[in-house]
Amino acid sequence: MDSIANQPLDLDSSTPSGTTTSGKSLLACLHEWIVTVDHKKLGIMYILYALLFLVVGGVEAMLIRLQLSVPNNHLVGPQSFNQLFTMHGTTMIFLAAMPFIFGFANYLVPLMIGARDMAFPRLNAFGFWLTAFGGLLLYFSLVGGEGMTGAGSAPDVGWFAYSPLTSKAFSKGHSTDYWTLGILIGGFGSIATAINILTTILCLRCPGMTLMRMPLLAWLYLVVSGMVLFAISPLSAAQIMLLLDRFLGAHFFDTQAGGSAVLWMHFFWIFGHPEVYILVLPVFAFASEIIPVFSRKAIFGYPVMVGATVAIGFVSVGVWAHHMFAVGMTSMGNTFFAISTMLVGVPTGIKIFNWIGTMWGGKIRFATPMLFSIGFLAQFLIAGLTGIMLAAAPFDWQLTDSYFVIAHFHYVIVGAIVFMIFAAVYYWFPKATGRLLNEKLGKWHFWLFLIGFHLTFDTMHIPGILGMPRRIYTYGADRGWGALNLVCTVGAVFQALGLLVFVFNIIRSLRKGQPAGNDPWDAWTLEWATTSPPPEYNFAKAPVVRSRRPLWDLKHPTDPDWKYE
Amino acid sequence: MIGLILAESAIFTIFVVAYLFYLGKSPGGPSPQQVLELPLINTICLLSSSATITFAVRALGRGRKDLFRIWWFATIALGAYFLAGTAHEWDRLIHQGLTITTNLFGTTFYSLVGLHASHVVVGLLALTLVLVFALRGAVKTEHVERIEVLALYWHFVDVVWVVVFTVVYIIGR
Repeated sequence: MDSIANQPLDLDSSTPSGTTTSGKSLLACLHEWIVTVDHKKLGIMYILYALLFLVVGGVEAMLIRLQLSVPNNHLVGPQSFNQLFTMHGTTMIFLAAMPFIFGFANYLVPLMIGARDMAFPRLNAFGFWLTAFGGLLLYFSLVGGEGMTGAGSAPDVGWFAYSPLTSKAFSKGHSTDYWTLGILIGGFGSIATAINILTTILCLRCPGMTLMRMPLLAWLYLVVSGMVLFAISPLSAAQIMLLLDRFLGAHFFDTQAGGSAVLWMHFFWIFGHPEVYILVLPVFAFASEIIPVFSRKAIFGYPVMVGATVAIGFVSVGVWAHHMFAVGMTSMGNTFFAISTMLVGVPTGIKIFNWIGTMWGGKIRFATPMLFSIGFLAQFLIAGLTGIMLAAAPFDWQLTDSYFVIAHFHYVIVGAIVFMIFAAVYYWFPKATGRLLNEKLGKWHFWLFLIGFHLTFDTMHIPGILGMPRRIYTYGADRGWGALNLVCTVGAVFQALGLLVFVFNIIRSLRKGQPAGNDPWDAWTLEWATTSPPPEYNFAKAPVVRSRRPLWDLKHPTDPDWKYE
Repeated sequence: MIGLILAESAIFTIFVVAYLFYLGKSPGGPSPQQVLELPLINTICLLSSSATITFAVRALGRGRKDLFRIWWFATIALGAYFLAGTAHEWDRLIHQGLTITTNLFGTTFYSLVGLHASHVVVGLLALTLVLVFALRGAVKTEHVERIEVLALYWHFVDVVWVVVFTVVYIIGR
């Protein structure tokens, strides 16, 4: 067998990125991906990383659901259960959702604004590898952390790591340190990527693309990047403070020395609330690109969408203490945050109306991306409504830390965010790989996941209202929660099946998928003007645009958009 | 760099908030009034370094690489003096019984001032690297924009010091 050193390295630069030419050895291929600074490859790596951790987080969720499926269950003990829900939350937010968000940003933003790459390609790679390393550090805790029980202890303090549980006195060993350091490092990666996206959008748009002509996706990522700069930094600061407390004996959150555990809560949620908007705004971006194409109508009310996005960006940094209604803030505090939380629902609601307005009177094509988008619309609406319910502080006092809250935020994160991530993958997979994902498998994925989602999370509101607290590893049979929890678990099985179909679809379509061509969906933004996959340099000549839908103008020269904008 | 400054400002803001929140709440130990002295010379040095770096950048823009090196070196020297002064102050404070573990004041003081000092250290490292390049003749007029980006970071470090100085030494005492 030829040694790897003897095989010729195929460095033909005209090869479209993302494909393996048969002349390349595996080592050369791996090398190309590890040293790359190309935004498309980095975007794909982010998304594959996220997909991996989506599955890992899903396994953790499955174990939680199995443990809770019947009363007095003994599948996992209380300590392991604490680790499971901590790791599930931390993994899903930081190692699945954030990398999905940044992966799509990386891949799409330069293509959609007609640029050659991001503004700082090496910083881009740096950000990715920081994120990747942070996640690996977190999971190393499974083998490396020394918990109370000895070797191998994942963090068990909940994904928001409240003080004083995280202090040295109550979290012995290093499991909390793995959480802190892993997320801190990943956070720096996120800040780097946000700086990159911001600069790219502000400085590298192609000729003719004014701010009000760029795709809504670019606007949404502009706001998201700004929010990352202002939201991740408080978390980083708080984590540095926690490290100082744990390692240098500082007293930031040390109640014995006059410190304040509530201060951690404030700092964490100043991060935590904008964080969920950071997660959801990109999926609004996907919806704003996908829904018009599959309704065969331009997005309804583009300027209002821009305004609503900016409004959400600003208002969402002023709502954080609605996570702290039950902590004992003053009435003024509770009132302020209740009002601001209800206020942030207004621009969000406007966006829902605009998406519906886009579909209204359009010619709807129910391909898989659109199915997931419609699911998103309905589910996000319901999720928002339960959020507004929780915004009423007295209502929250009854339901805080119950399964109602869990149902609400999973409704947003799974029902809205994950659904739209699926939609985005089905929509842009052909562009990135040159092959369509299988429609039939896509529909199986959709229906399995939809049924599972509703079985689990519709039902889950009820145990919450009946008083089931979160983070308990089991419950008594006399509570009346048993049957409901079992239904939730059955739903989780359906979701797992849907996810498996999805992964299978991806793997199969990479090899045998139908070739996509440049523009399989008859869409209108610049990425569809390149080949699938695009060449490394994206565009041979910088495109010049005159409207928000440059490809529409090209395809309809007698009826271009710029006559009407 | 503006993006980085925005993010860093947010981090510093959180530490300032913690400092202000805990002001006067230490149950025991030394208080700001007892042990803090105004670091006037230090501050003058650091703020002057903003001026010298501006002169350096302008000199480079005019093609005066010799002046650039002089002003750049002056900036580094002033920054280094600031660090030495901080170290001296901390030495004195430690001997007076104030450490990061002593009380809330100690915790918030050392972490806030320390965070700033660490940014000065990183800045000095970058500035020194540029000085080395300049001494080898590698820094030319066409690089002035990149030098300006670094100078922006240095100005940011100075502005943060103005805030820290005001909060810790003026408001806090």
